[in-house]
Amino acid sequence: MSNMPQTARGVRSFSRLLRVTPAPSWADAIAFLLLAGAAVLIIRGAEGMSEPLARLNIAPVTLDPWNLPGYALRTTLRMFAALGASLGFTFLVATLAAKSKRAEMVIVPALDILQSVPILGFLTFTVTFFMGLFPGQQFGVELAAIFAIFTSQAWNMAFSFYQSLRSVPTDLEEVSRGFALSPWRRFIRLELPFATPSLVWNAMMSMSGGWFFVVASEAISVGNTRIMLPGIGSWLALAIDRQDFRAVGWAVGAMAVVILLYDQFVFRPVVAWADRFRFEQTASQEAPQSWAYDLFRRTRLLPVLFSPLTGFGRLMMAIDRRPARVGRARSNAKPNPIGQAVWLALVAVALLSAAWLVIGYVASHLAWEDALAAFGLACLTMLRVLVLIAIASAIWVPIGVWIGLRPRWAERLQPVAQFLAAFPANVLFPFAVIAIVHWRLSPDIWLSPLMVLGTQWYILFNVIAGASAIPNDLREAAGMFGVSRWQWWRTLIIPGIFPYYVTGALTASGGSWNASIVAEAVSWGSEHLEAHGLGTYIAKATAAGDFPRVTLGIAVMSIFVIGFNRLLWRPLYAYADRRLRLA
Amino acid sequence: MATIHARPTAAPTLVQVEHLTHRYGKAGGGGLLVLDDVALTLRENEIVGLLGRSGSGKSTLLRSIAGLIRPDEGDIDFVADESGAAPTVSMVFQTFALFPWLTVLQNVELGLEAQRVPAEERRTRALAAIDLIGLDGFENAYPKELSGGMRQRVGLARAIVVNPSLLLMDEPFSALDVLTAETLRTDLLDLWSEGRMPIKSILIVTHNIEEAVLMCDRILVFSSNPGRVAAEIRVDLPQPRDRLDPAFRALVDDIYARMTARAAPEPARDGVFPGTGIAMALPRVSTNSLAGLIEEVDASPFDGRAPMADLADQLQLEIDDLFPMAETLQLLRFAELQGADIQLTPAARRYAQADVDTRKAMFAQALLAHVPLAQHIKRILDERAGHVAPARRFRDQLEDHMSPDYAEETLRTVTLWGRYAEVFAYDEDDDRFSLEDAV
Repeated sequence: MSNMPQTARGVRSFSRLLRVTPAPSWADAIAFLLLAGAAVLIIRGAEGMSEPLARLNIAPVTLDPWNLPGYALRTTLRMFAALGASLGFTFLVATLAAKSKRAEMVIVPALDILQSVPILGFLTFTVTFFMGLFPGQQFGVELAAIFAIFTSQAWNMAFSFYQSLRSVPTDLEEVSRGFALSPWRRFIRLELPFATPSLVWNAMMSMSGGWFFVVASEAISVGNTRIMLPGIGSWLALAIDRQDFRAVGWAVGAMAVVILLYDQFVFRPVVAWADRFRFEQTASQEAPQSWAYDLFRRTRLLPVLFSPLTGFGRLMMAIDRRPARVGRARSNAKPNPIGQAVWLALVAVALLSAAWLVIGYVASHLAWEDALAAFGLACLTMLRVLVLIAIASAIWVPIGVWIGLRPRWAERLQPVAQFLAAFPANVLFPFAVIAIVHWRLSPDIWLSPLMVLGTQWYILFNVIAGASAIPNDLREAAGMFGVSRWQWWRTLIIPGIFPYYVTGALTASGGSWNASIVAEAVSWGSEHLEAHGLGTYIAKATAAGDFPRVTLGIAVMSIFVIGFNRLLWRPLYAYADRRLRLA
Repeated sequence: MATIHARPTAAPTLVQVEHLTHRYGKAGGGGLLVLDDVALTLRENEIVGLLGRSGSGKSTLLRSIAGLIRPDEGDIDFVADESGAAPTVSMVFQTFALFPWLTVLQNVELGLEAQRVPAEERRTRALAAIDLIGLDGFENAYPKELSGGMRQRVGLARAIVVNPSLLLMDEPFSALDVLTAETLRTDLLDLWSEGRMPIKSILIVTHNIEEAVLMCDRILVFSSNPGRVAAEIRVDLPQPRDRLDPAFRALVDDIYARMTARAAPEPARDGVFPGTGIAMALPRVSTNSLAGLIEEVDASPFDGRAPMADLADQLQLEIDDLFPMAETLQLLRFAELQGADIQLTPAARRYAQADVDTRKAMFAQALLAHVPLAQHIKRILDERAGHVAPARRFRDQLEDHMSPDYAEETLRTVTLWGRYAEVFAYDEDDDRFSLEDAV
């Protein structure tokens, strides 16, 4: 009780506001400038969104480098709008799934499937839909682009949040019930903090994936309409149309700067902040560092910045109802069997009618030969994915192990690998096309590497993480017995990194399937290169506005991806979990 | 030091528990009966201990009183005092159950916050509790910065700050090392006897017999499978109690004897463990610790017969560890439990002196003679042409009689014993038993 002032300081960040400090520090000034700048940028960027569609014709996207920062800003704002929507979706849907058995029955399998279907294929449908919602306005197209990014981000975030909610530690759960915390307080005090670390990690992965889609979704052509939203993606599309090599270079540079900035100013601070919510009760060996977070923390601006949020939380806390009676368990009554049966019947009817609708739609336009053709093409794409994952593994596993076993290198190179994974590979596609055209290479073979260009890094950074996690005593034991090179790999390294490798390869292969839609058919001005595969099939059907074929292509690809996950990756995962866990 | 049992019977009743029955798993027939018609009366000014082995339902009883579990049958009556206020409870957890993202102060304030106590009052009360429990200076620390003992102090402060009438403690000291646990116990008893805590009564679950005798005014000894109150023991020794006091030792021995009593009248029969025949649930006991226990009892000073309390002391074992080991020896006819003592059979004394191969042979013989499940597996393997059988088959058989968890543990135990005795082999990849490790 002797150090009351110290106590008061740590209790609530909000109370810092009221405390008189000697003078604003340099940290305050820097943070203020940064925040004010960000505010201006957001307002400027948002202004553009609400203009009529016709303005896009008056002021079309041009390849003037002076416009590039503005475009980059618009692209970034779309990303964050989508991330916000994904967060909202996550809180709502995942919480619903965790709290209601009936909702869970529908939501969880749906999320599981949505996680693995090719989202790019949906672009055609959503653009049509959103443009119909806001005819003649840019806002509709903006929403379509944001929705496309959203569909690439939301599912795995929601899934991770749901899993966190389901695995809240029993003892903390009992404390909350013992003290009769209201649902809202329970969410704020227990569930949200517990879920935060994995949610942040998944949001980061989602953002990385999102850059890829933002580039693909800004220049949208459906049938014979082509709409170009101001942004890096449109700039790139235009540069490709005009075969402007320098403009592509500008886009690559802008993208690199944007990703670097968002990494330094948004995600690193957030990761450093989220570290406090990690559940392990032991002091963490290496807390993540962020200079921006340290800077913000030293200022009094952070509470101001978050005051709308904390204010909202406070308000909810204040109005939220008092617990009725402290500490009485609800009876573990079984759900009403009739209600359950009705619900099951409803779900079954909905599923059957959806299947009927899709099959009926496709069948009325297409014949069996189409399905067979799509299936054959899917096999080609699958072959590509398998071969490429194998090649990428052969290259990156040894390198990842080498890095992972050297902590100093791992520390420095791990962020680089994550940066590369976030970099949208489709920005680099034109270079490949130029090379293929120049040397007259076979597109069927040489377009394939583009599919793993962006996704191979998942293998690399997971292997680095796995190799760093191999216990030192095992390495020392292996060293002491002087095991041979091959035995060292077989008995120590491969089992040690295997669970991590499976995670990386799973992500990489899923991403590659998705990327095939943009990677199998690429152009450079008037040069069009195509590889035979399901990706090309979907891309061409989209360009032609052939909805039945798009539907068929997506359905076939979904079946392949889900089959791949169930028959290959899941069993490997289960095996790794059963036999190779270092615990 | 104040005597805390000044008014042993006149004290008003706080909580009255009657006919409490609870089962886990399938409702109706198949579930595991954890509590069977348990009654308990808690009065003011007493510390009551629930002593029993794991699976005896003592934790379930505690959680039922805490309102965390709704028992299948029975009444839990909170008796209101003169002013009409019903007693309130709050709980201290074995795992501390602190929120790692909240500071010590925020953790302590949690219960007050839930009750909508105004911020200023919350702060004052929380700081007072922190002060009382000896944590001042750590208000702004996060739990991960604290040692185990400090964390449990936070757990204690958090429980008493809401002014509960009844403090429930679920093995509060069992996750701590011996010295820390002792300090915390002493501090708690001091606060209690000086009346500095706002609580009227403490109910503590433990599986440490000495801890129970050290702290409690009344001890309820639970038998397991199903959980019943096997004995109620009043402890009238004055506080502070001395472990070396002959009266203390006598009481500890008495409780050991009561806890082995069920097996005593008809030594070495199936009934040591729940279930009969192949459906007998076997505890996870390693052959190494069995051998260790035999050697320990065989050697001086015990020379073949040892009081369980001394053995537990000597080997630093909790009853949850010691009893399953002793009872396994009894099952295998390597020992008999007589009162509070364990007596090795002549076979066990030969075992203690034998070399590795002879030991294995003796163990194999005992295993096949006295463990029906081992017999069963061996017989099936003998009958089969290829001398292999999927483990799934036995697991399913066991699950007809017990919960999947118990079935898994029983099968693992018999696998462990069978492997050691070289009676049969088990291949994890294929999940099957075989007579010999062919490859």
